[in-house]
Amino acid sequence: MQFPPQPGTVYGTLLNHQANLAALQAQGDLAASVYKALPQAPVLYIKTANTVVGPDARVEVPAEVPELEAGATLGLVIARTATAVTAAQALSHLAGYVLIMDLTVPHASVHRPPVRHRNRDGFCPMGARLPAAELADPHTLEIVVKVNGEERQRFKLDALVRGLPQLLVDVTEFMTLQAGDVLHVGVPEGAPRVRAGDVVTIEAAGFAPLTTHLVTEGAI
Amino acid sequence: MRTARIVFDGQIHTVTPHADGVQLPDGRVLAENQVLWLPPVVPGTIFALGLNYADHAKELAFKPPEEPLVFLKGPNALTGHRGQTRRPAGVKFMHYECELVAVIGREARRVKREDALSYVGGYTVANDYAIRDYLENFYRPNLRVKNRDGCTPLGPWLVSADEVADPQALALTTTVNGKLTQQGNTRDMVFPVAVLIEYLSSFMTLKPGDIILTGTPDGVVDCQPGDEVVTEIEGIGRLVNTIVS
Repeated sequence: MQFPPQPGTVYGTLLNHQANLAALQAQGDLAASVYKALPQAPVLYIKTANTVVGPDARVEVPAEVPELEAGATLGLVIARTATAVTAAQALSHLAGYVLIMDLTVPHASVHRPPVRHRNRDGFCPMGARLPAAELADPHTLEIVVKVNGEERQRFKLDALVRGLPQLLVDVTEFMTLQAGDVLHVGVPEGAPRVRAGDVVTIEAAGFAPLTTHLVTEGAI
Repeated sequence: MRTARIVFDGQIHTVTPHADGVQLPDGRVLAENQVLWLPPVVPGTIFALGLNYADHAKELAFKPPEEPLVFLKGPNALTGHRGQTRRPAGVKFMHYECELVAVIGREARRVKREDALSYVGGYTVANDYAIRDYLENFYRPNLRVKNRDGCTPLGPWLVSADEVADPQALALTTTVNGKLTQQGNTRDMVFPVAVLIEYLSSFMTLKPGDIILTGTPDGVVDCQPGDEVVTEIEGIGRLVNTIVS
């Protein structure tokens, strides 16, 4: 178990739950929008080193926004260099899994959003790593998000646009993942909104709970 | 001071310029083509700018942005001077981008633009290739366009900030097989280096080794395997890259 987390590069995946795409299409005619069409390749973003913190971190909510989106997800920790992997080999490149609290300033447009929404200090709390062998089928893992002890979201990874092997295939087709890099599988629809003063916890069987304390900007 | 990181004889060395090539710390002098060039810094966070020259924004049919259009890259994208960059089979438009790179020298948080340049440790040159065939309209520019392995040559030299009197008065040029194709000046940046540091440090902590690729001016053209692309910035360096299939 690796703690505190000291990952390589942390990549997040956007629109990787089928419900994310349904919500996008429900916004109106895609062809007439800035998006033009559904994404073909995986849509990724980077959670920079300044965002990564461990369990029980205190994270500032920026003064200019009332609330953040608390995006729970699963991170895949890479064990060895992964370039152009095949689906059959994909999962053998994983050292393990981590729970991730992908914090975001809520933003409606994903066309060209500024990095200040996702890359503020402390915006990527990450739990201790569960060795790959201890999670038989990540797609059946049930993830629960609690805010101040009250359950606010419960989901499985069983309706992904790209399941874990295919995500690794399509990402490593154009970029190499190195040992220690983390690729998260995407945040589902309905992530709870949280405010300064809230305590948000992610739970999943086998993992230590990941708790994050949200505080007012300037409190740290 | 100018330093580069090279591999010679199975070891990584930090070298300085010499009239005949590069000089190792132990005094040995080697020709430029005797060594393998690495990016001159081991990067932390890699920031890059879209549409940061008004003329390039116009070239791509965009209005200049009101807020810096920052995107991020992983370390897999970088490669060194005199390296090779792959053009994927079947693509129609792969272009270079000559860019001034500011390397952060000390931790910066909530820095004002008046003080911002004192947080720069040095400067180097990047060629931030883009493969436009892969552009999609989600989190533009998407990583498939901009974060491909070895598609961002960096170097050759890290030039310490004290040697750069004004980073906003440097000529940029790109040549393809010796023919001049891109020409600009850092004075035409929409958001100059100091403003970018003020902006980024207003919401995140910048660390030593973080690098900012500051965008490219007008004049990008398609390049083919075999092309030698030289991106050069006055007083900073001349970065050579060859495209391969």
